[in-house]
Amino acid sequence: MINFQYARPHDVADAVQQIAAEPKAKIIAGGTNLIDLMKMDVEQPVKLIDITRLPLRQVENTPGGELRVGALVRNTDLAYHPLVEKHYPVLASAIMAGASQQLRNMASTGGNLMQRTRCPYFYDTATPCNKREPGSGCSAIEGLNRGHAILGTSDACIATHPSDMCVALVLLEARVHVTGPSGGRVIAFADFHRLPGNTPQRDTNLNPGEIITAVELPAKGFPNNYTYLKIRDRASYAFALVSVAAGLELDGDTIKEGRFALGGVAHKPWRDPDAEAALRGKPANAVTFGRAANALLRNAKGYAHNVFKIDLAHRSIVRALTQAARGTPQSQSAKKII
Amino acid sequence: MTDKQAHPDTQSLGHPTRRDIVVGSALAPVVMGLPLRAEAQSPAGSAAPEMVSVNLTVNGRLHTLMLEPRTTLLDLLREHLDLTGTKKGCDQGQCGACTILIDGRRANSCLTFAVMHDGAHVTTIEGLGHNGALHPLQRAFIEHDAFQCGYCTPGQICSAVGLLAEGRAKTADEIRELMSGNICRCGAYTNIVAAIQQVVGPS
Repeated sequence: MINFQYARPHDVADAVQQIAAEPKAKIIAGGTNLIDLMKMDVEQPVKLIDITRLPLRQVENTPGGELRVGALVRNTDLAYHPLVEKHYPVLASAIMAGASQQLRNMASTGGNLMQRTRCPYFYDTATPCNKREPGSGCSAIEGLNRGHAILGTSDACIATHPSDMCVALVLLEARVHVTGPSGGRVIAFADFHRLPGNTPQRDTNLNPGEIITAVELPAKGFPNNYTYLKIRDRASYAFALVSVAAGLELDGDTIKEGRFALGGVAHKPWRDPDAEAALRGKPANAVTFGRAANALLRNAKGYAHNVFKIDLAHRSIVRALTQAARGTPQSQSAKKII
Repeated sequence: MTDKQAHPDTQSLGHPTRRDIVVGSALAPVVMGLPLRAEAQSPAGSAAPEMVSVNLTVNGRLHTLMLEPRTTLLDLLREHLDLTGTKKGCDQGQCGACTILIDGRRANSCLTFAVMHDGAHVTTIEGLGHNGALHPLQRAFIEHDAFQCGYCTPGQICSAVGLLAEGRAKTADEIRELMSGNICRCGAYTNIVAAIQQVVGPS
């Protein structure tokens, strides 16, 4: 790991000033992904700006009925927060499905949004990777791509976004509050992460010098009919092959509003309004759920080793929506999928 | 240069340990000028590290150290304080062997820089017992034969101490899930769960 300068800004404005002044600096919070990348020389910041002492740790209701989560709230604290457990259990469940308790104790809310793909070629500096080194090529398209994306890929990159938390956040239509040199702005969660296109080196629409200060959750949290179903190679502490967050509002057996979002299948947490339209006003049954899955996967494209994900995603969507409709969310400790 | 010379605050243990023998046997390559320590691994042309002062209370004892910012908490414990109970397994947050408690919460010491924890209280496996008595979890691990090679055990036990403090794990399923960040290559999981369950108490 290369040497770097270490700075501890005294407030958010100071942090913004420091990050804007040095393009090769990085913000560090939990550090659980950044330090890993630094050890592999994938990230080589000349300066680390440690924001962990800034006052961004509150979880609080806003006057408008939203829940505002400070960017430095640790994953465990968010998952175990009484307001999150009560009103946004799909978020609590998604958080607990990811990483390990040690990592969740360190990892921050804002950092979860900023984590990089776990594509092994991105990590391996001996191989070409357009995300790590633009223009060098993609090793995964013709390589070992079992874990890679089936939706929204490009000829430049087929990496996935690794987060579980973000799948729940896009479902809940969270808003990301950021502050930069030209002031603050709010980004809709669906617009925060990018598709790879020709610029896979850019994971998010955050501008240079901007930092995340909070994530805000609208009041609608689907506390009664939800699930987070994560399918992976081992039952815990592994990244998703496919994951599905689902939330339903039911009127008897009829779906008033249905949402679902997928992880492990694209460069960003994947939600599709057209697929959700196939749920609205329809009976909550396997036929409806299958049609919604077909709609979401209509443009899915598999590669040599991950074609199976298309069928897996279809079945996972139907299973997740069934769990949500029955009010029997997937337990993250009892591993049996019901 | 040996660890002892580099870190004068290291206390003599009074009797040779496995660590002393390992360190002693490493002297030969030092004499031949082979790089053993981080300074020698800097890429050519990189700036000299700016040392940073860090205050850290480890197992109740305050240490003031001058460190490179890139020093992980794990390397601080092992290489600067000679607290080698905390193990380096994967060094990338995937195995849990380096689990310690930072201000009472379990964390992977390999994935955090020591400088970020200025003023914190750290507890390692060496700090769990009191007055020569083992921590109840240490006793339970022995009673249940909850290890074979023992390499993951300090991390397992520190992780389990964190789990107890969290108060979220009651059933064997919950213990298994909340201990999933600690990998045991010997496969002692069944006995590890039994040992922890004994201390957690009946569900």
